[in-house]
Amino acid sequence: MVVSVKNLYFHYDNPQLPILNIPHWSVQAAERVFLYGPSGSGKSTLLNLLAGIFLPTSGKIEILGQTLTTLSGGQRDKLRARHIGVVFQQFNLIPYLDAVNNIKLAARFAGTENAGGRARELLNSLGIEEQLHHQPAARLSLGQQQRVAIARALVNRPELLIVDEPTSALDRYNRDTFISLLLDQVERNQTALIFVSHDLSLAASFSRVEDLLAINQAEGKT
Amino acid sequence: MFLRLALSSLLSRKGSVLLTFLAITVSVFVLLAVEQIRHQAKDSFGNTVSGLDLIVGARTGDINLLLYSVFRLGNATNNISWQSYQHFAANPNVAWSIPIVLGDSHKGYRVMGTTHDYFTHFRFGQDKSLLLAAGSPFSDIFDVVLGNEVARALGYQVGDKLVLAHGLGSTSFSQHDDKPFRVAGILKSTGTPVDKTLHVSLKGIEAIHVGWQNGVKLSRSRDAAKGAYQQDLTPESITAVMIGLKSRLSTFQLQREINTYPDEPLLAILPGVTLTQLWQMMSVMEHTLRLICALILLASLLGLAAMLLASIRERQREIAVMRSIGGSPWFLLALVETEAVLIAVGAALTATILLALTIALSGDFLADRFSLFLDSSLLTSQSVFYLATIIGCTLAIGLIPGFTAYRRALHQQLT
Repeated sequence: MVVSVKNLYFHYDNPQLPILNIPHWSVQAAERVFLYGPSGSGKSTLLNLLAGIFLPTSGKIEILGQTLTTLSGGQRDKLRARHIGVVFQQFNLIPYLDAVNNIKLAARFAGTENAGGRARELLNSLGIEEQLHHQPAARLSLGQQQRVAIARALVNRPELLIVDEPTSALDRYNRDTFISLLLDQVERNQTALIFVSHDLSLAASFSRVEDLLAINQAEGKT
Repeated sequence: MFLRLALSSLLSRKGSVLLTFLAITVSVFVLLAVEQIRHQAKDSFGNTVSGLDLIVGARTGDINLLLYSVFRLGNATNNISWQSYQHFAANPNVAWSIPIVLGDSHKGYRVMGTTHDYFTHFRFGQDKSLLLAAGSPFSDIFDVVLGNEVARALGYQVGDKLVLAHGLGSTSFSQHDDKPFRVAGILKSTGTPVDKTLHVSLKGIEAIHVGWQNGVKLSRSRDAAKGAYQQDLTPESITAVMIGLKSRLSTFQLQREINTYPDEPLLAILPGVTLTQLWQMMSVMEHTLRLICALILLASLLGLAAMLLASIRERQREIAVMRSIGGSPWFLLALVETEAVLIAVGAALTATILLALTIALSGDFLADRFSLFLDSSLLTSQSVFYLATIIGCTLAIGLIPGFTAYRRALHQQLT
């Protein structure tokens, strides 16, 4: 079990406004989950909880058998570095570092040795040509940046990859390339994938499609 | 990796980083330069006189006596009689004594009448004696030995003739033009007021005043100079006496004896003690200078903090990325601190190199114009202490943007 959520309850400062109330939810190893829901359904909050940035108000989240609430902030940072890859909608890279060094930085946080070779290998398999490897990230196109972000998220061979609306800034051609490259890599690395989007047209490629509104029982969804 | 990250981060914000860097460079430069000049000034000040135990003059203030006898600054209030000088020179504790007479000048440089003992016994710096760069000490009544700067500035060579002026102004109307002097020797540079002095014999001073009364020339005879040789040129009074003792132990005893001499009101001072008093008077200025430097530095470091603080606002995305790949808030604090220290260290090094270059290039100018001899001991323990303090202050002030980054990171959501 990569992710296991039990009786998760979360609200921000105001207890009258619960954001998430998930009795039970889990993701198996190498499973590909498409999670959709309208804006304000608590998608971002759930991702921050799974990544260990937020802690649940009550309930339990287990990542790879480790209960997040029992870990210190530093331990959660380590867990995220080693076992979870994250890709956002955009701005995934440190703008002043080149592609290879962006990936190496992620490897450094995870303590992965000799990441340079794997970084180049990933970049090549994601269609980033050699001459772009040492361009500062800010000079790459959006589509290229998103592909470098997948390479960065996968450099430490994480068990879980969380992807949040990664294609919404891309055009149709780039979007399709991105999805097929992503699924290809996930397949190859046997990584569990949680793909968050409101674009249901992408759902066909996934083994499991979940509606967050159905999972989430909270009343005061924002 | 970490340093490269910090460096790349700074390079990506070249404009504001460069300005902050320059501000700190300038302030560190000012701090080190003031420190260097202060240090050297104090040294050359303390090096002016050494190896003499007492200075005796007419009764006046301690510092005034020191200033006019050693630094040739200001004027003697009164003279001391030749008899009193003879009396104390004959004291069994006195090893040697140098009488000096001041009051005349040559083109703004002071003329000092003295004896051969001056060249034998006078010491400056670390017990260094006066050395001749050319010629020999005076032997004739109308011989003069020039300080190095006098010879250099006025272009005199051994054998040149010059005319002394009565009084101390640089453009005196009463010249001793009836009795010209011949340059007998030129001293090597000392970095002390000796460089700015013309040395003549006591008899020479007496001789040029033959035929003068109360500072006014009475007769103007062509043979004035020749006539001088026939006269008794023992001075009636002198300005001050420098005394070396056989044993330091008798210093206070003799000082007391001179200060309570019933026949004439006299003052004896210990030059070392009075130098210290004089330097303490200047220490207010010294501290003020240091305070100003410290405040300039503080201002520039606050500028650094402000620059980094502003940058953190625009780095919110970067912080989110760092967090998403497992960077801890402490990592971000350390990154910001490293950036601050990189700028400060770079600026401090640049300032040090600039100062070294400045000293190397302007050393001659400073020595010429201000008699300030800067040696190359740039990194004194004091300067190293200052540099360490600068780094310490940078770390402390860097905590302001550092903790802002930390707090941002802690609350930064992904996405």
